[in-house]
Amino acid sequence: MAGAKEIRSKIKSIQNTAKITKAMEMVAASKMRKAQDRMRASRPYAEKIRNVLAHLAQANPEYKHPYLVDREEVKRVGYIIVSTDRGLCGGLNTNMFKAAVKEMIEWDSQGIEVDVCAIGRKAVGFFGRFKCNLVSQADHLGDSPSMEDLIGTVKVMLDAYDEGKIDRLYLVHNVFVNTMTQQPRIHQMVPVSGEIDQELEHHWDYIYEPDARHIIDGLMFRFIESQVYQGLVENIASEMSARMIAMKSATDNAGEIIKELQTVYNKARQAAITQEISEIVSGAAAV
Amino acid sequence: MSMTMHVDIVSAETEIYSGTVIECYAPAEMGEVGIHPRHAPLITKLKPGEVRIVLQDGDEKSFFVNGGILEIQPHVVTILSDTAIRAADIDEAAAMEAKSRAEAAMADKKSDLDYARAKAELIEAVAKIETIKKLRKRK
Repeated sequence: MAGAKEIRSKIKSIQNTAKITKAMEMVAASKMRKAQDRMRASRPYAEKIRNVLAHLAQANPEYKHPYLVDREEVKRVGYIIVSTDRGLCGGLNTNMFKAAVKEMIEWDSQGIEVDVCAIGRKAVGFFGRFKCNLVSQADHLGDSPSMEDLIGTVKVMLDAYDEGKIDRLYLVHNVFVNTMTQQPRIHQMVPVSGEIDQELEHHWDYIYEPDARHIIDGLMFRFIESQVYQGLVENIASEMSARMIAMKSATDNAGEIIKELQTVYNKARQAAITQEISEIVSGAAAV
Repeated sequence: MSMTMHVDIVSAETEIYSGTVIECYAPAEMGEVGIHPRHAPLITKLKPGEVRIVLQDGDEKSFFVNGGILEIQPHVVTILSDTAIRAADIDEAAAMEAKSRAEAAMADKKSDLDYARAKAELIEAVAKIETIKKLRKRK
């Protein structure tokens, strides 16, 4: 019965693993609900401020903020990459890194350099090993991030843009479509690219109170803040649901392996019993 | 075109109000503004105070905003507030307490930073109290 004992301990260890994955699944499920609420709550603000900015990009302000002006020559681009702090969430981070790296290689082939700002431990780890210029990083932001933790990290990139070190700034994060699907998204944050609205194409401008510079500067800062924050909370919601799904399939797989092992174990037991009986019978016959 | 406009009031945390109105009043930095449909495009900062809207059936709704940005398009008004709450939800006792605390902090000014923060708190508390007083008077 040597084989049977081994199989039994194997089953035990897989059962323990299944218990852990089951627990992680439930934790992720409850965290996901909270993360989704947070994401939904801040979505209107992010959308509205994007609308205002899109309007502003079409207006003809007397003061053109640098973030509204497209630079003709692009020599260096920046990426803010938002990832998770922890692993075990399926292909969530890998897919996003792949998408980002694909774009970086494209830039590289055009002779354009890339700066990376990594948010989240996984991105810090990955882009630390990857051959690229990691300029700033932030990790351990937790499940309910606050804007203050991010400002410094993001400001490095914005300062680089202001100084002309980088000519474009992209934000990379996962978009929460639904519980089953999360998609990596890369979008250009600075300069702001507004979709052209046909109705508003004629020349017009806002009235600014008190003055354009004051307001547009404030608005831009808020905009960047809200975009990065929104990216971060969406990424957290994606992380939780991806982890829930990954852990669910891990639990299911564990169940299947246990079933198979149980069959093997039963067979081994049966074989041992049969052998024992035939030994006894043949022993009795010999007497 | 009917004489109505769409108003969105959003704060960083949540959407407060979204709907069709006929008039809207907001505490802009340069003084309170009244907005009717087909207003010229305008962007301005808001200071802490009351945002009041008049619905199509003549009902009035009141909100408290703690500063933010106001954008006006001819038929769309967007209020991006830092924090917004329905005026009826203001906790008057808490506002009063905040006011006296801020005044005390201003009285023993240790550093400029504390002073500036206390001043901002005081302005907010006073604006909250004003809003709730106005709301009471109208009732």
